[in-house]
Amino acid sequence: MTAARHVDVLVVGAGPAGLAAAARLAAAGAGRVEVLERETAPGGVPRHCAHGGFGTWTRPLTGPRYARLLTEAAERAGATLRTGVTALDWASGHAVLGTVGPGGPETVAARAVVLATGARERPRAARLVPGTRPAGVYTTGELQQAVHLYGQHIGTRAVVAGAEDVSYAAAGTLRAAGAEVVALVTEDPRARTGRARAQAARLYRGIPLLTSATITELLGRGRLSGVRVRHRDGRTTVLPCDTVVFTGDFVPDHELARRGGLVLDPGTRGPATDGAWHTSRPGVFAAGSLLHAVEPARTAALEGARAARAVLDHLAGAPWPGPGVPVLVSAPLRRITPNRVTPGTPPEHHLLRTGAPLSRPVLYVRQDGRLLHRARLGPGAAVPHRALTLTARWHDRVDPGGGPVRVSTG
Amino acid sequence: MTVTAAGALPATPYDVAVVGAGVVGCAIARELARHPRLRIALIEAQDDVGQGTSKANTAILHTGFDATPGTLEARLVHEGHTLLGAYAARTGIPVERTGALLVAWDAEQLAALPRLAEKAARNGCHDTGLLGPEELYAREPHLGPGALGALHVPGESVVCPWTTTLAYATQAVRAGADLHLNTAVREAGWDGGHRLTTSRGTLYARHLVNAAGLHADTLDRALGHDDFTVTPRRGQLLVYDKFARSLVRHILLPVPTALGKGVLVAPTVYGNVLLGPTAEDLDDKHATGSTADGLAALREKGRRVLPALVEEEVTAVYAGLRAATGHEDYRITAHPGQAYVTVGGIRSTGLTASMAIAAHVTGLLAGTGLDLGPVREPEPVTVPNLGEAFPRPYQRADLIAADPEYGTLVCHCERVSRGEIRDALASTIPPRGLEGLRRRTRARAGRCQGFYCGAAVRELFERGTGS
Ligand SMILES: Cc1cc2nc3c(=O)[nH]c(=O)nc-3n(C[C@H](O)[C@H](O)[C@H](O)COP(=O)(O)OP(=O)(O)OC[C@H]3O[C@@H](n4cnc5c(N)ncnc54)[C@H](O)[C@@H]3O)c2cc1C
Repeated sequence: MTAARHVDVLVVGAGPAGLAAAARLAAAGAGRVEVLERETAPGGVPRHCAHGGFGTWTRPLTGPRYARLLTEAAERAGATLRTGVTALDWASGHAVLGTVGPGGPETVAARAVVLATGARERPRAARLVPGTRPAGVYTTGELQQAVHLYGQHIGTRAVVAGAEDVSYAAAGTLRAAGAEVVALVTEDPRARTGRARAQAARLYRGIPLLTSATITELLGRGRLSGVRVRHRDGRTTVLPCDTVVFTGDFVPDHELARRGGLVLDPGTRGPATDGAWHTSRPGVFAAGSLLHAVEPARTAALEGARAARAVLDHLAGAPWPGPGVPVLVSAPLRRITPNRVTPGTPPEHHLLRTGAPLSRPVLYVRQDGRLLHRARLGPGAAVPHRALTLTARWHDRVDPGGGPVRVSTG
Repeated sequence: MTVTAAGALPATPYDVAVVGAGVVGCAIARELARHPRLRIALIEAQDDVGQGTSKANTAILHTGFDATPGTLEARLVHEGHTLLGAYAARTGIPVERTGALLVAWDAEQLAALPRLAEKAARNGCHDTGLLGPEELYAREPHLGPGALGALHVPGESVVCPWTTTLAYATQAVRAGADLHLNTAVREAGWDGGHRLTTSRGTLYARHLVNAAGLHADTLDRALGHDDFTVTPRRGQLLVYDKFARSLVRHILLPVPTALGKGVLVAPTVYGNVLLGPTAEDLDDKHATGSTADGLAALREKGRRVLPALVEEEVTAVYAGLRAATGHEDYRITAHPGQAYVTVGGIRSTGLTASMAIAAHVTGLLAGTGLDLGPVREPEPVTVPNLGEAFPRPYQRADLIAADPEYGTLVCHCERVSRGEIRDALASTIPPRGLEGLRRRTRARAGRCQGFYCGAAVRELFERGTGS
């Protein structure tokens, strides 16, 4: 192995989380801050989201524009962006990574590593959708890149599996590529998006929404010829189409995290972190979609920026916190981040997702049966497509030697 | 070097035409191409080599320990194991010598193991050994609870079926054989010579080899023989994520029953774990789809053998059709009067036996009056290494220093570089579609199935082929 090159902070992934962390760190004088990005251009997923919905309420942006702003900010602050470079695996030492790029293999040692490797959608195979293996099967990520980055031909009639925000974005991309959207198909009883968005698609664009329906089989040889759909009453129908896009159902891209032996959270499948984004491996932080696939890009960027603060403390010599107390959720809640409580590192708040809509939810935070906190949320607040926020004010009530903290709705 | 996929076929007769460019047909063409005087045609209905059963199997290099002793299959599998093992080492086809464990889950299965060891010995496989539960669990710590013991078969190995087929075909073509793709044989006639009516016109040959896999019975009947019927036996398989690879060290086999070999759990040379196959007799030779029931049944079995496996992500699902004939042996028959050899019923061991089948068939052809002429060993070929147990291009500083394209990763999950894609597109038998490119490079075969790289790979393919 080649002798390691040393930097102060190594950020893996130039998406919103990684770029925001790098910008903050470089601006704060953290020394040599380097961002590795395996793609040929920085920006992460927003780079190929040609639609709006990024930025802030007051300053709405398209994905590519947002990606560019974050990239420029990181560069202006003095961070080094290295694209076309993949972080492969850990070398011995706390924060040493083996990488490869056109310049060959390299070992980079850092005083701190920030993992911001993002997330991907589960493809058809991982969802165990049976049938033939024809061409014309996409995830939104592949579809958006094909259309917006490469101008490739898609197909003429498309079915979208899923009815959440990203599914509607996929439908928009399909229409932009000249394909007719035959239907959105979801197993849920209703769309997981804002009412306005669902209505616009249905009423103004004439895209039917099939709810409580499952795609049970892909048909066609060579090219997709249709999808078989089973409705709740057991009826099945075939929707003729030459394209199907499997949307949503994100999983963290946690390869490096797992290879590094980082403790993962059972709910998110990303690395478990405390409120300051420390992982279980000293010197290694994590932020963005890697932690919770997927929240809005702004959330990822904010986490990156907050992680930067903790990285600075670490560089200044702050001790690495112990594993702390895990925070778990009970159904219908699905996941919570951060999901560790360590002394002195409360987050601004926790983010939760529910698997089913809740009408007048009350969240209970308990440890070993002891109630630490109770929060009543506004009516209609708890829907699967939006994150719930939970204050962290109860952290000082957690017994550091006690069992896991559990958040539930009852 | 001639590979065609469109246009008219040459009008002059070939010495030998081999129908079917699966692993067996390609091995036969390669073996024949060792005889430089022969003019050989390898004819394939689909647009690539190895598109039938050869691409979708369990990818095991069998010892033949469980074959029926005395059969042709037993002999050819045993010989093929040695031949392909050595060829793979010369050619760069990845093989991992994992060994297999036949795991007994009840007293009856445990009692069957010594008999299987004896049978193995009769098949020339003398190094098997019985393991008690303690040693079994020491070797396979993630095995589900309740296993009582196992038979260890050290010689069973895993191999890459795609580059095996590709190596044979490449070597045959470089040695002068003509590969005609997109050429489906519609009719066959014999009048002192063979006249094949194909989707691309007529092709003439003095000698004919039928290696048409699932369709070997149809071609055989066209030539007037009614010896066997191919029943497609579907095998559905699940490929688990590379993170599952550390869960299993050997090929884990069930103790065979009357119903067949059963469902196995095996490492793949690509660093994944395979679970399958099912065994369903069908009548549709194109029914390579997976089914909800099939996948559920596999997961059920997998959960018992390796409980942690089913917690991992599935990377791919596929189904292959083996050529069952109702006979417990290959159906390899020479018809000297017709200068014709049928290579039928090559069931689930054809990958292993391929080189031995090729040698056997070449001998039979000589018996039908083919003058083989002198032998000239063909130029060695090297196939791209797709195996994780051997250095891949992205891991080779020397390669990248000479050509940075090998350090430019395009498919991140499988770590496929732009250099490898470029090489595949410029190779002797270039891929004609993204699936063919996948089998030569693994591009788009990983856990994201194209979420990150799909569009970029398609771009490189279309630019590289001008399609
Ligand atoms: C189709 C779609 C539509 C969306 N629409 C919106 C929207 O309208 N508004 C909104 O706010 N959000 C939207 N999002 C969500 C938003 O894109 C994410 O929140 C955001 O991208 C997360 O940022 P990140 O930095 O965590 O991850 P990413 O943007 O995924 O970036 C991770 C980066 O890490 C790189 N990487 C991974 N592993 C390695 C490695 N080993 N070595 C080097 N580099 C590596 C990847 O190549 C990638 O560039 C959408 C997401 C999708 C998929």
